[in-house]
Amino acid sequence: MATEAQGADSGGLVFHPMDQFIVRPLFGDGAVGLFTLTNVTLWMAIAVAAIFALLVLGTSKRAIVPGRTQSIAELAYDFIRKMVEDVAGKDALPFFPYIMTLFMFIVFANFIGLLPMAYTTTSHIAVTAVLAMLVFLTVTILGFVKHGVGFLGLFWITAAPLPLRPVLALIEVISYFVRPVSHSIRLAGNMMAGHAVIKVFAAFAPMIALSVGVGILVTPLSILAISAIYALEVLVAFIQAYVFTILTCVYLRDALHPHH
Amino acid sequence: MEGDIVQMGAYIGAGLACTGMGGAAVGVGHVVGNYLSGALRNPSAAGGQIATMFIGIAFSEALGIFSFLVALLLMFAV
Amino acid sequence: MATETHDAVSACLDSGGGAVGMPQLCGDWFGNQIFWLAIALVVLYFILSRIALPRIAAVLAERQGTITNDLAAAEDLKSKAAEAEEAYKQALADAKAEAQKIVAETKASIKKDLDRANEEADAEIKAKTAEGEKKIAEIREGALDAVKEVAKDVTTELVASMGQKADGRSVSAAVNARMKG
Repeated sequence: MATEAQGADSGGLVFHPMDQFIVRPLFGDGAVGLFTLTNVTLWMAIAVAAIFALLVLGTSKRAIVPGRTQSIAELAYDFIRKMVEDVAGKDALPFFPYIMTLFMFIVFANFIGLLPMAYTTTSHIAVTAVLAMLVFLTVTILGFVKHGVGFLGLFWITAAPLPLRPVLALIEVISYFVRPVSHSIRLAGNMMAGHAVIKVFAAFAPMIALSVGVGILVTPLSILAISAIYALEVLVAFIQAYVFTILTCVYLRDALHPHH
Repeated sequence: MEGDIVQMGAYIGAGLACTGMGGAAVGVGHVVGNYLSGALRNPSAAGGQIATMFIGIAFSEALGIFSFLVALLLMFAV
Repeated sequence: MATETHDAVSACLDSGGGAVGMPQLCGDWFGNQIFWLAIALVVLYFILSRIALPRIAAVLAERQGTITNDLAAAEDLKSKAAEAEEAYKQALADAKAEAQKIVAETKASIKKDLDRANEEADAEIKAKTAEGEKKIAEIREGALDAVKEVAKDVTTELVASMGQKADGRSVSAAVNARMKG
């Protein structure tokens, strides 16, 4: 991207699709250390505050007939609880707060990241990899604690004919360890790709200032494209949070009932 | 336009890796299309299978993500 | 990597402050992000598991209870309404019967009054008739007496004209006997 950035000096279109993902210190221009207050801190805090506002302040009235905010909070609660019950089973309910935490954090980070000028915390592989590794470790440890060595039966598919089983076991083991990779990159990739594409179209938008002849066609088209992709991103922001959560539930079911 | 041949190879490889995402697109479309045709045949059972559909989408999408990952690695990490 | 970095604060930023490569793959920033993510997740987990989720669960359970209670109350009210309707119907029937009774009584009393008035009128008419008859009888009596007197006088005169002295007593006896015949 650096080559394109240099193009800015020569007065052409300015492409900085990845600059929105830069981690910057909130105060000063120093290096980013482990404990530096950065835009990551800010936008994660905003997400947590928004979740607090929805789930705690929104339900503070404890109304029997819920208001608007409380209805949304209850809707979210019911949605995740039902998902955990249906997909992971009733004995996964102790993990409900954990899954709810993941879902609320991801969905809020995704949506807040869609605000103009915002920073999307979930577009970073570091963030989603931690989320995915948390799930992976939880599920693996839970599986071994619950079933001991029997958890390895997840890879030994008794329904398959005997000669096929070692091959399948190998595939299953690989797919098991690939889970956190796909789990994390799916979320980060979707978030990053959408935002980068919006930025690319945004770079085309000022074309009319450079050349009226070309710009009269390109500028409205790119603005239209930004709107369309933004709408798609709103959908994707929710769907990716949903997919992340439901996959967590699926993995949890595997850990609780490895012989299905 | 100057650069070395390794970079050129990496960029070409990244572009080729992106074709894998087309496969994921076909897979996802297949999953949703089959879900839809099944849902139209038996709408009463459709609601309960939305979660399963999304799981199927996620799994088939995972392979597209790998090609995306390969492209990214070629672009920025090689 | 595309270009080497100049005097930037991070290996991932170029001299203009733009991103070099993908910011997502910049190792310098991993620690910071993971640190703050961990804090955010822990805070969020405690907010959810200690405050938000128990509260929402309590509200939902309470609502379920209220709905159950309300349904029972509605059932109660429904049976009460049925009772009230029954009572209303009963009252209506009673009122109708009462009205019927009153109508009958009124009719009876009117009839009684009418009968009495009829009777009185009849009695009066009878009395008047009797009076009239008495008067007629008196008149007739009077007329008979007068006829008797005239007959006696005539008889006495006749007898006298025949040259005989008429005996008053025998004349009146003869006239009386004649009158009775």
